[in-house]
Amino acid sequence: MSKVKKEQGILNPTSVLGPGTPAPDFKLQSTPDQFVSLSEFRGSPVILAFYPADWSPVCGDQMALYNELLPEFHRFNAALIGISVDGVWCHLAFTKDRKLRFPLLADFEPKGAAAHTYGVYRQQDGICERALFVIDAKGTIRWSYVSPVGVNPGADGILTALEALPSKQEVTK
Amino acid sequence: MSDLTLPVSERDHIQGPMTAPVTLVEYGDYQCPYCGQAYPIVKELQQRLGDRLCFAFRNFPLTQIHQHAQQAAEAAEAAGAQNKFWEMHDTLFEHQRALDDKHLKEYAAKLGLDESRFSREMAEHSYAVRLREDLLSGARSGVNGTPTFFINGERYDGSYDLVSLLSAIEDAAA
Repeated sequence: MSKVKKEQGILNPTSVLGPGTPAPDFKLQSTPDQFVSLSEFRGSPVILAFYPADWSPVCGDQMALYNELLPEFHRFNAALIGISVDGVWCHLAFTKDRKLRFPLLADFEPKGAAAHTYGVYRQQDGICERALFVIDAKGTIRWSYVSPVGVNPGADGILTALEALPSKQEVTK
Repeated sequence: MSDLTLPVSERDHIQGPMTAPVTLVEYGDYQCPYCGQAYPIVKELQQRLGDRLCFAFRNFPLTQIHQHAQQAAEAAEAAGAQNKFWEMHDTLFEHQRALDDKHLKEYAAKLGLDESRFSREMAEHSYAVRLREDLLSGARSGVNGTPTFFINGERYDGSYDLVSLLSAIEDAAA
């Protein structure tokens, strides 16, 4: 009975969390011996980039683009986190190959659980949507965007959302 | 959805008249194989359209995955400072597998650049700030990989084979 209920929930995912919603916390593995939770970043903005899979083609790769723009995100004091259902060893190899300088988290077990709480898990495909969230220093979602899975959304939306965040004085107590 | 935030201006490296009915902007990376594939296609477009097309190239080097992309882009800018941007641009795309410092210096010599100035500007990264501006203008405009094209200021999301690009350009000109 409860199993059926759970499956229905997954089959009919809640819609994508939008601005004003508190960002659900999660604790996911970033390396074989390290976990990262969203709450650790409280006090600075966070960009969450859910994406379908590691190892998409090189030059059009979303993570490679964000890696290049990391200094720009840091200007806003924002941390960037990539999340997919790939396992931690896969993330490790991908990070090394692409020289990524931000954490990739494994939403691996239970599969897609974090993505599910944000409304961006594609049950039919078993992968995350290509979805972006900008979360403010207090942990509230300020902007979210779901791109068609095959389309790299770029970074313009993220940069605009970061710019629209209240200034540092306003968010620090 | 995504529009070019930094309009084409005197600041850009341009081929063709700025008053042309169609302006094509490419954000590209000299070490990117897909940009290498697009290179002869852009040439063909220019040949077919002549003065009806204004083409601008802005650098978008993905330095973390392409070891030589940054220095190749700096070499193009350094050549540009000596009025040889396009000559260097062509050379780089025609020699995508040889973009290390030694080769870049060879190309500068072949193009008849003032070699000591070229070497000095490369060593001092004289054009790094400009390249960063190009990269950020691209990021702001929705560049999501290389190459990304904008036709009359609007991001072109179609495939960049000759037929598709040509028909998109013809539509924009109409």
